[in-house]
Amino acid sequence: MAGEATQAIDKATLWEGGRSPFSVTYGKMMMWFFLVSDALTFSGLLISLGFTRAVHFEEWPVGEKVFEALPFAGSGYPLVYVALMTFLLIISSVTMVLAVEAGHRNDKKKVILWLALTVGGGFFFLGSQAWEWYHYIHGSGGYFVLAEDVSTTVTREDGKGTETRTLTKGTHIFYDEAYAHDLHASHDDHGSHDGHGHAAGDHAHEAPTPKTLAVDKYNVSRAFIAESDVMNVWSKRDPNIEVFGANMSENEYGHQHYANFFFFVTGFHGFHVFSGVVINIIILIMVITGVMERRGHYEMVEKTGLYWHFVDLVWVFVFTFYYLI
Amino acid sequence: MERDDLIVNDSYALNSHHSEEKGVKIRKKIVFVTVLLSVITFAEVVMGAQIKQDSDYWGVIKISFIILTLLKAGYIVMSFMHLGDERKNLRFTILLPYGLFAFYLLWICLREGGHTEVMNSLFH
Repeated sequence: MAGEATQAIDKATLWEGGRSPFSVTYGKMMMWFFLVSDALTFSGLLISLGFTRAVHFEEWPVGEKVFEALPFAGSGYPLVYVALMTFLLIISSVTMVLAVEAGHRNDKKKVILWLALTVGGGFFFLGSQAWEWYHYIHGSGGYFVLAEDVSTTVTREDGKGTETRTLTKGTHIFYDEAYAHDLHASHDDHGSHDGHGHAAGDHAHEAPTPKTLAVDKYNVSRAFIAESDVMNVWSKRDPNIEVFGANMSENEYGHQHYANFFFFVTGFHGFHVFSGVVINIIILIMVITGVMERRGHYEMVEKTGLYWHFVDLVWVFVFTFYYLI
Repeated sequence: MERDDLIVNDSYALNSHHSEEKGVKIRKKIVFVTVLLSVITFAEVVMGAQIKQDSDYWGVIKISFIILTLLKAGYIVMSFMHLGDERKNLRFTILLPYGLFAFYLLWICLREGGHTEVMNSLFH
């Protein structure tokens, strides 16, 4: 199949020097070695993610509850967008492998077509990631903190019924997204905005009363505070602490490390995608101008293809270990 | 320096050109892997949506997520990255060192992770 040497060479000849015993070029072999080292970097990141998560198990949110927004459609679609991004990256990996296949047939037109589609897919993925970062930093509602214990009726979202619960001082009470949105819209004028926890209750005195409040918003036990209790809970808030969205020092979703790993892991992966797109564009230009045609082979497409598939490979693991589990 | 990206002898993959007929066969396999990867991703999302983390079956789901992920990874590496078509010695030069380090790291984290509570109480 594609990639392997066409001639059989006996072992003695192979290993006596002068030839690659692996039957690959220096460039391709070094690309593989680079990918091994890069894979180890990502393994380190993901394993430390798992470790940190195990240490802070109680404060770790559920991916499905955090990532449930879809562009142009609002929220209520758990992990759909991330799954679409995964699908998109798989498809762009497929167009890449088709470009490599076309290269083996010296079919310049097809190589250009598939490679261009791969670049397009890469841009789409980067755009999706930018949107997701924006949404993540902006937050899905934010929370305030109770200044004293309060007893209230809550209804579990998953249909496990209604119960009376005593919410202790310091419990995070979550706004809904629409409320936070309106709040920020009215505050854009004086520059207090997304992703920043607002110290010193800079809008506590004028903020409208929220209609719905939730507890455990980013966990399986998500529950809503009964409508009749909303005013009561709201009046017990600590005016000094409010968190909207996430950044490197605050995180409405859960433990701070959850946000930091999000920015680091998806950011590092996104940087790989970005450099992959840039390299693909360079190779595409080389194909169009006929450099590969003059060389007589399209191995450069195969080498960048390896890098591009690797980016897809990493995302498959990030998808499972950051979002799904 | 001698360039090895030019065709100088027949031993390299550079001139592993294939015919139109062989191309059809290869593309068939590509389509198969594509469908498989998409179906697995779809199945994972559906499984995650149906069975929540507080369910009794969550452990099973978690393990199957990991197995499905490794399956996907295997297809990407062996088929899309053509590692399955390379010489055996190259294949193991890539997979063994990586596997050795990655699983060692995983093992040491799982093992030493048990001591974190002690560490936390010491340095809190």
